[in-house]
Order: sequence, then structure tokens, then C-alpha cells
Amino acid sequence: MKFGILVNEGPFTHQASDSAYHFVKAAIEKGHQVMRVFFYYDGVNNATKLSEPQSDDRNLVKLWGELAAEHNLDLVVCVAAALRRGIKDENLADGFRISGLGQLIEVGIAADRLVVFGD
Amino acid sequence: MNDNAVEFDTEGVTRNFMFINRKAPYGTIYALEVLEAVLISAAFEQNAVIAFVDDGVFQIKKGQDTKAVNMKNFSPTYGIIEMEKEDADEDEDIDMVWRIVVEKESMEARGLTKDDFVVDVEVLDSAELAKLMAEQEMVISG
Repeated sequence: MKFGILVNEGPFTHQASDSAYHFVKAAIEKGHQVMRVFFYYDGVNNATKLSEPQSDDRNLVKLWGELAAEHNLDLVVCVAAALRRGIKDENLADGFRISGLGQLIEVGIAADRLVVFGD
Repeated sequence: MNDNAVEFDTEGVTRNFMFINRKAPYGTIYALEVLEAVLISAAFEQNAVIAFVDDGVFQIKKGQDTKAVNMKNFSPTYGIIEMEKEDADEDEDIDMVWRIVVEKESMEARGLTKDDFVVDVEVLDSAELAKLMAEQEMVISG
């Protein structure tokens, strides 16, 4: 199956990003295709390289970047949502790119399922 | 940056999108950012149901005055959704169907009627809305 993923909450405050990460990993391991992961609302905060969780905790920003590198995942951060929250190319973590909301609609059209993580 | 950017050919593909608005307009950013997504989706000429449930019905209430909370009153922008809907209804070259829907129970529980909204809406009860939801292919909520 071809999945589009939408992550609507930031890391740590909310489990949504963790759940999305585990879902994407499991889907790929089962042979499914993840066409794009789109980060919207506070979800854009998953893409700041300034995030420094304590060393005994998971580092979600880094985990997403590593998953993207390993599986050529397209991680897209909404530009409008990002700019108002201070996420810009200057502090964008490895593996992410900033683009428009059209990228969400586009993957919604192209994918078999859009799976949404967040409240 | 990443090098994994991909493009998908969506030309000629029409799917059923539903945007569900569940939150009051100014306490959180969800209402505004769903609205931004709805407006972008118009460019892709997709079928869309824009639904208002729970406190989301307040998003389209007439007479909003946000001066005291120093936030932008974006309720007039819902008029653009209504215009897109009317264009789609009237123009034979536009295949997309847009519906603006309010859940009856949410509306009544808040003492509102169809006349209290800045746009013309269809009122569906929760069973009808659930049925409509089941017909959707992509559901985006906020």
C-alpha cells in the first residue's frame, strides 16, 4: 500500500510524532511504500536541529532524519506553519525540506491512504 | 535539506477530501491552519467537504470581534470557501464538488441556528455526518 503521513504535533509534548515514526518504520519493514511525511501545525517543530533532548531520551528529530536517509523518505515541513514557529532553513535538521501545503494535498491525492497523527 | 524530494502526477485525479473543524477559532491555531489547507486544496480541484463539529461551529459564527484578544479575525475568509464552492457548482469545466457542513447536534447544543453563520451551510445530524465521513478518502482534521 502507498501511504501518505501527516504529523500534526510537535515532539515530546505529544506522542503523535513517536507514533508516526513507529508506524512509518513498521510500514516500510512490511514492504509498504511511504510516499511522503508531511509536518503541519506544531508538527513542524519535529524539524528543528536545535532540539537537544537529554541523553537518555529518544532524539526524535535525529530519528526522523536517520529514517529518511535510510529509506529515501521525503520529509516535508509546511512553510507557513514553519515560519510562524521559527523553523527556517537556518535551523532545519538533516533529512527535512520546507515546502508548501500543496505537498500535503498532492500526497493525499496520490496515496492510497493518508494516515494522520495528532489530536 | 534533503535529496529525497519527490513529485507525484495528480493530473486528472479527483479524490474525496474532508476537512473537519472541531476547535473554537482562537484558543488554538487549528482553525486557522485547517482553513489554510482548505484554500490550497482548491487549486487541486478536489472534492471537499468542509465540516464544522463540536466547538468548531464557532469558527463560522457571525459577528466575531477579536480586538480584545489581539488576534486576526479570519472569519471573513470562510467567504472565500463559499465562493470556491459556488464557482465549482456553476462552472461546468470545474469537476470538483464542495460542501460546507455543520453537525446539527453541535450547533444546537451551542444555541446556534443556520442563520448564525457567515456562510450558507448544510446541516446534517451526526448519523448523516458519520455516513458522509465513511465515504471520504482523505480526512484532515484540526
